[in-house]
Amino acid sequence: MRHLLSAGDLSRDEALLILDTARELAQVSGRSVKKLPTLRGRTVVNLFYEDSTRTRISFEAAAKRMSADVINFSAKGSSVSKGESLKDTALTLQAMGADGVVIRHSSSGAARRLAGWVDGAVLNAGDGTHEHPTQALLDAYTMRERMGRLEGLRVAIVGDILHSRVARSNVLLLSTLGAEVTLVAPPTLLPVSVGAWPCAVSYDLDEVLPKSDVVMMLRVQAERMQAAFFPSAREYSRRYGLDRDRFARLPDDAIVMHPGPMIRGMEISAEVADSPRSTITEQVTNGVSVRMAVLYLLLGGSESAIGN
Amino acid sequence: MSQTTTYLLRGARLLGGHPTDLLLRDGVVAAVGAGLDAGDARVVDAEGLIALPGLVDLHTHLREPGREDAETVASGARAAAMGGYTAVHAMANTDPVADTAGVVEQVWRLGRDAGYCDVQPVGAVTQNLDGAHLAELGAMADSIAGVRVFSDDGKCVSDALLMRRALEYVKAFDGVIAQHAQEPRLTEHAQMNEGVVSDRLGLAGWPAVAEEAIIARDCLLAEHVGSRLHICHVSTKGSVQIIRWAKSRGCDVTAEVTPHHLLLTDDLAESYDPIYKVNPPLRTAEDVRALREGLADGTIDCVATDHAPHPIEAKETEWSNAAMGMIGLETALSVVQHAMVDTGLLDWAGVAERMSAAPARIGRLGGHGRPLAVGEPANVTLYDADATREVDPTAMVSKSANTPYRGMRLPGRVVATFLRGVPTVLDGKIQ
Repeated sequence: MRHLLSAGDLSRDEALLILDTARELAQVSGRSVKKLPTLRGRTVVNLFYEDSTRTRISFEAAAKRMSADVINFSAKGSSVSKGESLKDTALTLQAMGADGVVIRHSSSGAARRLAGWVDGAVLNAGDGTHEHPTQALLDAYTMRERMGRLEGLRVAIVGDILHSRVARSNVLLLSTLGAEVTLVAPPTLLPVSVGAWPCAVSYDLDEVLPKSDVVMMLRVQAERMQAAFFPSAREYSRRYGLDRDRFARLPDDAIVMHPGPMIRGMEISAEVADSPRSTITEQVTNGVSVRMAVLYLLLGGSESAIGN
Repeated sequence: MSQTTTYLLRGARLLGGHPTDLLLRDGVVAAVGAGLDAGDARVVDAEGLIALPGLVDLHTHLREPGREDAETVASGARAAAMGGYTAVHAMANTDPVADTAGVVEQVWRLGRDAGYCDVQPVGAVTQNLDGAHLAELGAMADSIAGVRVFSDDGKCVSDALLMRRALEYVKAFDGVIAQHAQEPRLTEHAQMNEGVVSDRLGLAGWPAVAEEAIIARDCLLAEHVGSRLHICHVSTKGSVQIIRWAKSRGCDVTAEVTPHHLLLTDDLAESYDPIYKVNPPLRTAEDVRALREGLADGTIDCVATDHAPHPIEAKETEWSNAAMGMIGLETALSVVQHAMVDTGLLDWAGVAERMSAAPARIGRLGGHGRPLAVGEPANVTLYDADATREVDPTAMVSKSANTPYRGMRLPGRVVATFLRGVPTVLDGKIQ
């Protein structure tokens, strides 16, 4: 594994290695000194072309806990705002000797393009409406920790599948890991060829919920209704929002996930978001461990992750 | 370029048939037959080479005026000659737009001054391609450029009433509207063919129906008002079916297909390399099959390159920021040989019809697309169908290098091009 561009590039063994390594590294977060020397002397650049406090901070914390030098490069206030191309930025980072570049970009495929221009490892931290592989890894990690398994786990992913990089990465990774995914959305928010994806599809959330071990709610931007994807926020919420009544239809041990940022009252009600069966803050914690694991496996070489 | 030299093409296979000699003198074919006396003529050894009437492109972007960094009329005309073309239609979406007699005459003069092939300007249908107000079509038709093909190419004339009026209006001077069929609302932010690949890659889709719906509408409109309609760069199986149906009803519609749509498919976008980004987008293998069949059976009348030069920086970027389009003049004949001739779908007479006679007829270019017979204009392309070459973007005569065939091995090579008896290309080199 030289880059992490798509969750679909991971074999089952590679994905499990990342999850196992993340579990090992999670121990560090419980220590009083949350720092490992593993990536000392390595430089990780966070190249963020899109606002994303959550993901950027998570990657930054992960790299710093491994003792890497971290450079934050955000599109605002850098040469990018003066019209520098992605390629020229890539060549600059290359010249500065970046060992790894974490990129978040609004264009699908930007991470793949970057990988063609730099020698270092490229980590896709979200590219347009394409993929967000570390989100899928932290989601899988969270499911495995909570439910004890991934094989045969029934996962419903609900919301704006069409525009969601989280959904794309999750479908690919979860199918590799043996989970059974069902996508739930109004037909307008599903890709036309979704039938070719390795998952089931339903338009009816109430029918899917009793048969789900995990329900993952995706953010639905209200501006989608301007483009007629659905008639109104209220109607979306009525048909696809996870409120208390719907929550009650889930099996007793089922969990509720959300990659954030969430819109309370739109796709998820406050009482569901704050319920003990919601894993939303756990996902954030796990995100750091999973990103540490990915950085270690891409940049760390052969030494053991935690050391002796 | 000497105007007086007589050329004897020795042993050329006329339209791929038996070897014969062709004598080109004073701009016309002076004699055809085996064992012609060379006299004072310069002899070109054409043994094993196929002689075709000079190719005609109905759809070329020469970028001048406005984007001379990508191509000029002169550089594009040289690229055309290298590809075996003796006439090209220069599309109107320049800056300023070719929507007045002044601009089309400028392009026409630049072409005549360059001299490598006849540059026939296409006029815009609407002012500044705004899709709302008809340009002065009559003035362009009456100008020295003698415009007969009108197109807002790059943009669709999507307003049905305006399209009807344009179709009707150009009847007065035997014009044709060449439609870029793309329903704009169905293709907002569209990046590539909508289907399995776009859904996986997370790139906004350009659905086939956005092309097909406009073609169906315009065929019915053209039939209703009794006008001539041409469809640019047909790219889907459904479009071929609709055009076949319209022709069977007697609609006066013609259509073109690009070389790249005859060969390349949307899965090339997996690399996110925008060298494969083009409008209309590359489609599926099923579409490619239907386009080849449509070209073979005459549903699609001709091959047109949609040669679209762009500077390097317009392509060395993220997919969604990249320009749409690919160059094609210097590879068109090779791609057509590969996709149509080597597959048995078309013979060389068929190639001459689809790449020379038909586009000249549609564009009303009297001096092109004529048979290689005594007294006809000496526009000739000599082609070595047995050669193979690896496509090298840096070796292009075009000012731009955005070829999607980079590194591919393609059959055939243009050895010589004659424009009214004068070689523009000889021994594979621009003259």
